[in-house]
Amino acid sequence: MPYLDTLKAKFAGAFTTSEFRDNKRVLLSAEKAPTTLFPLLKCLKEECGFDMLAELGGVDYLNYPNATDRYCVVYGLTNTATGERVWVKAFANDPEPELPSVVELWKGADWMEREVYDMYGVRFVGHPDHRRILMPAEFVGYPLRKDYPLRGYGERHNFPTVTRAES
Amino acid sequence: MPLQTAAPVTEDVAGADQEFLYTLNFGPQHPATHTTLRLILTLDGETIVKAVPDIGYLHSGFEKLGEDLDFNQYVTIVDRMNYISPFANECAWFTAVEKLIGIELTPRCKYIRTILAELARISDHLLCVGAAALDLGALTAFLYAFNAREKVYNIMESSAGQRFHPSYARVGGLMADISDDVVAQIRDFVKTFPKVLADIVRLLNRNRIFIDRTKGIGVLTKEEAINWSCSGPVARASGVVRDLRKDEPYLAYGDLQGAFKVVCGKGGDCYNRYLVRMGEMAESHKIIAAAVENIPAGPVNVDLNDKLTIPDKQATYRSIEGLIQHFELFMWNRRWETPVEEVYGANETANGELGYYVVADGGGKAFRARTRPPSFIHFAVFPLMMEGHQISDVPAVLGSLNIIAAELDR
Repeated sequence: MPYLDTLKAKFAGAFTTSEFRDNKRVLLSAEKAPTTLFPLLKCLKEECGFDMLAELGGVDYLNYPNATDRYCVVYGLTNTATGERVWVKAFANDPEPELPSVVELWKGADWMEREVYDMYGVRFVGHPDHRRILMPAEFVGYPLRKDYPLRGYGERHNFPTVTRAES
Repeated sequence: MPLQTAAPVTEDVAGADQEFLYTLNFGPQHPATHTTLRLILTLDGETIVKAVPDIGYLHSGFEKLGEDLDFNQYVTIVDRMNYISPFANECAWFTAVEKLIGIELTPRCKYIRTILAELARISDHLLCVGAAALDLGALTAFLYAFNAREKVYNIMESSAGQRFHPSYARVGGLMADISDDVVAQIRDFVKTFPKVLADIVRLLNRNRIFIDRTKGIGVLTKEEAINWSCSGPVARASGVVRDLRKDEPYLAYGDLQGAFKVVCGKGGDCYNRYLVRMGEMAESHKIIAAAVENIPAGPVNVDLNDKLTIPDKQATYRSIEGLIQHFELFMWNRRWETPVEEVYGANETANGELGYYVVADGGGKAFRARTRPPSFIHFAVFPLMMEGHQISDVPAVLGSLNIIAAELDR
């Protein structure tokens, strides 16, 4: 894994690694992520050939066994020439979960970051169009957080309806 | 002093606040969008200056449900994401789940899943090609395509019992083995399908109107396709040679490497995407033809002693081990034992790379079941493709991207 040598030379001590099945991961803790994430991804893109952001998703590790940080954004990078993949996991914590936006590096991150913000409330600093994407703009709360109930807070059955007589 | 013509107004054409620009609301209930999606188009005459998609009309919390349902139950939801090729979604979901638990499928199951996933790909491409032509005024190709799709649905019905949402795959295997009748139907499909494809080729490939309306429309360069995370036919039409069936062989594709090629284009426009889809159908046909004659014998589920698969009725009612295992897998507080880990598994479905990122906390259901939806990612590119084109090109580009709103919004 030549990319690991490059990363170790540049960001020694800033990240840890882990592995499961064929997924090789680079982990950034909540303290390091705000400053290290962007240069690390930039290095992976420009120096190690990971030119495609194949996947970007959020996870909420509330009440997860042995979890230390709460929110995590998972970046799945692919090298389109060799087919190699690497997973970068960046953590963030309450009360203001924030990570740098990577739209500058990959345009594809635009909507995926908006979705993570919509579902988890993780803000992406520097995103050009930071709005909700799936939920309506006036929606309160972040539905995929673990402390958000499965059936919601009654948004559905308290939804104001207009009857024919009133209209 | 000689007369001078006034200089054309070239400044600020892209400014959406200009008086001569107007806004058109396209959707959410517009026949050309097929599903529920909305576009806010800023127009200069009939030329599109800016297209802003507004999505979320079909958002129904699939991923939240994925955290509440167990691996087998969630397959019914997965079916409803890309409902044009539901079985391919099931394969992708169980690729991730089986990678997480560490299950090696039986050879027979691998082949059956491969054949049905390829049938799903053909069904998806037929709908996409047919509907794209329909939106451009060519009705006949659509009828031929739907006639062939009917046969795919019949095969699904004979194997799974349901036509539209089969929910056929299970952890470690399938709900039931296929019968000889299904094999006969697949052989029949293999025999008749080339004619359908040839019919569509003759109707569209050199159709003057179709070519005029698709060639050079919605161009996506190779660099843009990679930068915007595109995959599947959309990326391959732009020249990105990437197909998970070749790059990361799963199921039986490792054995069938010689049976198919990766179809790519160069132009990256709607016509190239159409050609790539047509080419992929021909390749899928070759895969099915090769696989259906080589389905290995043996069990379709992994060994019952592994305590991973649902025992059949015979084992459940006639043996104590089968009954206990059935109980263990269906009680909400038991089910599978999973490692406290997370894994990403992806398949090459008709629309592109459909992946699932499954986080498990040791219990029998996903702690997080993130979907990587190709439609969502491809629709993000839409404003880029649309700029400077005519409003009549909107259905052409939408049709060529094959946006499925249920997968887009989940």
